[in-house]
Amino acid sequence: MENTGLAHHLLLAGLLFVLGLTGVLVRRNLLVVYMCLELMLAAATLALVAFSRFNRTMDGAVLVFFVITVAAAEVAVGLALIVALFRQRGTVRSDALTTLRD
Amino acid sequence: MPDGLFIFFAALSLGAALLLVLSRNAVTSAMGMILALVGVAADFFLLDAYFLGVLQVLVYAGAVMVLFLFIIMLLDTEDPKGAYPWKTAALGLAVFFLLAASVLWLFHWSGAVPAVKAGATPAELSTNPAEFVTAAKAFGRLLYSKYLLPLEIAGFLLLVALIGVVSLSKANPESQA
Repeated sequence: MENTGLAHHLLLAGLLFVLGLTGVLVRRNLLVVYMCLELMLAAATLALVAFSRFNRTMDGAVLVFFVITVAAAEVAVGLALIVALFRQRGTVRSDALTTLRD
Repeated sequence: MPDGLFIFFAALSLGAALLLVLSRNAVTSAMGMILALVGVAADFFLLDAYFLGVLQVLVYAGAVMVLFLFIIMLLDTEDPKGAYPWKTAALGLAVFFLLAASVLWLFHWSGAVPAVKAGATPAELSTNPAEFVTAAKAFGRLLYSKYLLPLEIAGFLLLVALIGVVSLSKANPESQA
């Protein structure tokens, strides 16, 4: 643990966030887009925990606790919305949902 | 050079995240997501945040991803075969390499991230009552003192989400007919 510094953890968090962001931009399946969003959230929590650990304060870790709580609620509501969308339109592909654009 | 466990779990979560982004099959994506979250949880353990690591595995990799898998299998979404449209692929690659390069530059060459030694308390935090402790008891103490109001709001938010999901998933009588 002595050789792993704050920068290493932040680097990992940054790369995970970038991967998630790329997924959100590239993928067309709403479920996969949603999972990529969750990945970005997890990367942000990783950065919070790293800052909290290396500054020897508990506040960042408690914030991560709330982030996990809110993310669980958000996933439940979001998935219910996707299911409702699928029942209305029969698809979850974002390039097929263009009613507002046309 | 960071130590071996960190490199192993970092590689695991990055590889699994790649699988999540690139896989055609939504179930494979979900498996990649689970692996990536387990890698992040392992990193929580390496950062001495044991309680958060356990929570991450239980809530995220457990409950949330099971929900995702249920919905994926319920909706049975099939991605059309064939390559990505080149515009999308180019955009994705450009965004990824641009951002990844800037992240690498920021952490390795810009010198913007100070080389903090674990265990050294910065001066402005030396009077912080919330000292970093590994025990789960510290969470309870903070949640019911300094963070009491956010805790109540989080509980209320869960209740609101519960009611919202129930009313969203009730069958719409007009569309049924």
